[in-house]
Amino acid sequence: MTFSANFSLVLPEVVLAIAALVLLVAGAFRGKVGAIFTLAAVASLVAAAATAVLGPKGAAFGGVYVADAAATYAKVAIYLSSAVAVVLGDRWLAQRGDQKFEYAVLVVLAALGMGVTASAGDLISLYVGVELQSLALYVLAAMRRDDAKSSEAGLKYFVLGALSSGLLLYGSSLIYGFTGSTHFSQIALAAAHGGSHGVGLLFGLVFVICGLAFKVSAAPFHMWTPDVYEGAPTPVVGFFAAAPKLAAMMMFARVLGDAFPAAEAQWRQVLVIAALLSVFVGAFAGLAQSNLKRLWAYSSIANVGYALLGVAAGGEVGLQSMLIFMTLYMVDVTGFFACLQALNRDGKPMETIQDMAGLVKQRPGVALAMTAFSLSALGLPPFSGFWAKYFVFKAAMGTGDVVMQWAAVLGLVGSVVAAFYYLRLIKAMWFDEAAGAVDAPSPSARAVGFAAAIFSFPIVLVALVWLEPAAKAAAAAFGHA
Amino acid sequence: MSGLLSLTTFAPLAGVAVILAARVLHGAGEKTDTLAKWIALVTTLVTFGLSIILTAQFDPKNPGFQFVEDVAWFAGLHYRMGVDGISVLFVLLTAFLLPICIVASWKSVEKRVVEYLIAFLVLETLVIGVFCALDLVLFYLFFEGGLVPMFLIIGIWGGKRRIYAAYKFFLYTLLGSVLMLAAILAMIGISGTASIPELMTFKFAPWLQTWLWLAFFASFAVKMPMWPVHTWLPDAHVEAPTAGSVILAGILLKMGGYGFMRFSLPMFPNASEMFQPLVFAMSAIAIVYTSLVAFRQTDIKKLIAYSSVAHMGFVTMGIFSGNAAGEQGALFQMLSHGIISGALFLCVGVVYDRMHTREIAFYGGLTNRMPMYAAVFMLFTMGNVGLPGTSGFVGEILTMTGVYKASTWTAIVSASGVILSAMYALTLYRRVMFGEITNPQLTTITDLDKREILIFAPLIVSTLVLGIYPNLVFNLTATSVDALVGAWRAAVGG
Repeated sequence: MTFSANFSLVLPEVVLAIAALVLLVAGAFRGKVGAIFTLAAVASLVAAAATAVLGPKGAAFGGVYVADAAATYAKVAIYLSSAVAVVLGDRWLAQRGDQKFEYAVLVVLAALGMGVTASAGDLISLYVGVELQSLALYVLAAMRRDDAKSSEAGLKYFVLGALSSGLLLYGSSLIYGFTGSTHFSQIALAAAHGGSHGVGLLFGLVFVICGLAFKVSAAPFHMWTPDVYEGAPTPVVGFFAAAPKLAAMMMFARVLGDAFPAAEAQWRQVLVIAALLSVFVGAFAGLAQSNLKRLWAYSSIANVGYALLGVAAGGEVGLQSMLIFMTLYMVDVTGFFACLQALNRDGKPMETIQDMAGLVKQRPGVALAMTAFSLSALGLPPFSGFWAKYFVFKAAMGTGDVVMQWAAVLGLVGSVVAAFYYLRLIKAMWFDEAAGAVDAPSPSARAVGFAAAIFSFPIVLVALVWLEPAAKAAAAAFGHA
Repeated sequence: MSGLLSLTTFAPLAGVAVILAARVLHGAGEKTDTLAKWIALVTTLVTFGLSIILTAQFDPKNPGFQFVEDVAWFAGLHYRMGVDGISVLFVLLTAFLLPICIVASWKSVEKRVVEYLIAFLVLETLVIGVFCALDLVLFYLFFEGGLVPMFLIIGIWGGKRRIYAAYKFFLYTLLGSVLMLAAILAMIGISGTASIPELMTFKFAPWLQTWLWLAFFASFAVKMPMWPVHTWLPDAHVEAPTAGSVILAGILLKMGGYGFMRFSLPMFPNASEMFQPLVFAMSAIAIVYTSLVAFRQTDIKKLIAYSSVAHMGFVTMGIFSGNAAGEQGALFQMLSHGIISGALFLCVGVVYDRMHTREIAFYGGLTNRMPMYAAVFMLFTMGNVGLPGTSGFVGEILTMTGVYKASTWTAIVSASGVILSAMYALTLYRRVMFGEITNPQLTTITDLDKREILIFAPLIVSTLVLGIYPNLVFNLTATSVDALVGAWRAAVGG
């Protein structure tokens, strides 16, 4: 393969890398952030997404880097969601007179890292992507240097994130040690033959799963999530909960689907336990929360549990369900945090359930949108969250594996427990007396919130007509690395 | 005419759009509220008109589904609608009760009128959708979607403990429903189709039927509600506004019975036969136990709520009797109960609007001041008891006849329910209506006004007409019921 052929396969990431560097230099020299700066970041992300769609497909650099349908699907979702995050975060910081050019640069870098992981065909390219993404995210969490909670969030995220990277790396080295290759297809071959090194390989696999579980914040590796969500700036949390989650789920799909399809029976056990633990930790721990950011942290833990259930179902159907789940969830969670960042009372963010009391009288539009997100997260039809769960549970039920089927039933029961806290939010907004006037929401955040709410219902009913086959095509690409 | 079902189902949503437009154009205020009420009334009347056209065009001799619409959706799902002799009745009942609900709330709802009307119209769409859906997932969409408007109706416009009642209603029903969802997904996985007509002829393995039946039972038994999962109902009823109670008792409960007839019986015939004793036992307990509980109530609404549970006991045992008399009786009982219990809740609403209490002890001697009201209340009390000549009688006698063939003891025990219902209903009537007025606050209470007479008139007429000439219903349902019973008998080999 010629260099130019390889180069054309990684073009989306090259676009982003150049954009990040140019923006960094421009920002450092000019110091100020204007509309053009933000627009350039957004444009580069959209351009990267377009390149990913239009560009050629294949494996680059000897299979280290894969540009297939799955990578395209994930990249489009990740880059577009990052573009939204750039706008929302920039506006939010500007409102507080704290506009920083680093913000857009870091989001672009994080998106680049995520794109690399989505295309990884090798443990090393996977790890490089993870680190690039994580390091950018640690800094984003601590974006507000003067805010103690934000700094604390960044530090916690960094320390625990470093630990998880260590686990991931240790697992990778074990896998390399027992198979003699870091390449997914070589690992798949070695794993399929099993033999004497099977146990060691499984040890490596479990370490890698643990490291990735940290990244997706699946129980029992979820402890950092509520603290980081609570401390980090609201738009950054909206970003954390969306794109990086999909990227991390993509890593699961890459490692398990490309490198270990032969060990499905083994990793399914681990994933089912992690999935159910996440669902129940998310459901029960969320009951005690009154801060909405913490609440949504637990909600995201529970939702990751459902996505993991889809991965655990395995095969094309399972991975397809995970991709649909994550896409729909990303829209919901982006919309929710956009609404949350739009809501301020006397210049202070409204972050607790009590703050939302009587919101429907003050801000009927935002309240309706947040109701839609709550119902969607609850999994109530016809909102998008229901369809997300529908595909996951259908995949789990369709495996014909009794363990998976019971896991699906338990997961559904867990969603009823979690229903209580979503209802609490709805109750506060609709039933309680108003707690006071709400500042006028910022137009950009409100627009994103409304758009996401309208997507959640009713657009999703139409969108799924093409989203479902797209995810199917993407899921079919796994296992051919 | 194709598209008629979708038109009937989604007509209320058009009303919602118009109301929203009016709200945006006119701003909030009393004028908008009145306008919205008229729009809602016209919408529900139009829907009722459409449902009458539907019933008139319905061919009672055809046992299959009619007015079928089928549009492919995604992932093998279809937007598939259609009605047979069983479901067409419920569409009619729903469309019939909604205008009454709107008129009944004309004066009693003062806050957030626009939202209130929207909630009712959305609920109407969802409920009609439940009865028309011929795709499992579409059915589930409508079935579950109905939780939200009802949650809001109880939670916003309800009484003192409305929030507790709203949570309880939502979570109870949701828990039942998610188990049904699991079963739905399993069924789609195994049969490869979500089409209800196809699944009705699909033969699931008997061991699988057991699990699927139980999962569906979890949902429908809560919805019905059957003893012992009925406890959400009294709370929800007591706290809901009058029109909310009417919808709840009149229509939402029927979704459980409809579900049994549409899913449990035809799709899981062997399991239905196996669990017949369980259903019979639960029904008989419901009839006797909740009648006794009703007797001890001090709140009028709670009493009627418990009486609803008892009456639903007749329905469940009739459905699982597996013979035509039982099925017909159950269907008729659901229809009749929809009218009569709805009317009884409206009767409570009449005095509640005036006195703002539902304590039985507060009232007494109302015949002196409210002769018309006393007569109306008397008629519906008698209907509730099952007096011959009212629609209540037909349903009870038929279900008991049907069950007698299947299980003599259940029929005998449940027959005592007729006496018990007379006991609590007549006691309630005596305590509220007869005697002298002892409570000074009641000395100025006024009789029914024109609006209230307008509400009760159609209910009175239908109670009496159905009681005297029940064939109106049976003509519609007979073919479908025969097909249902025939298929069941063939499957269980009886």
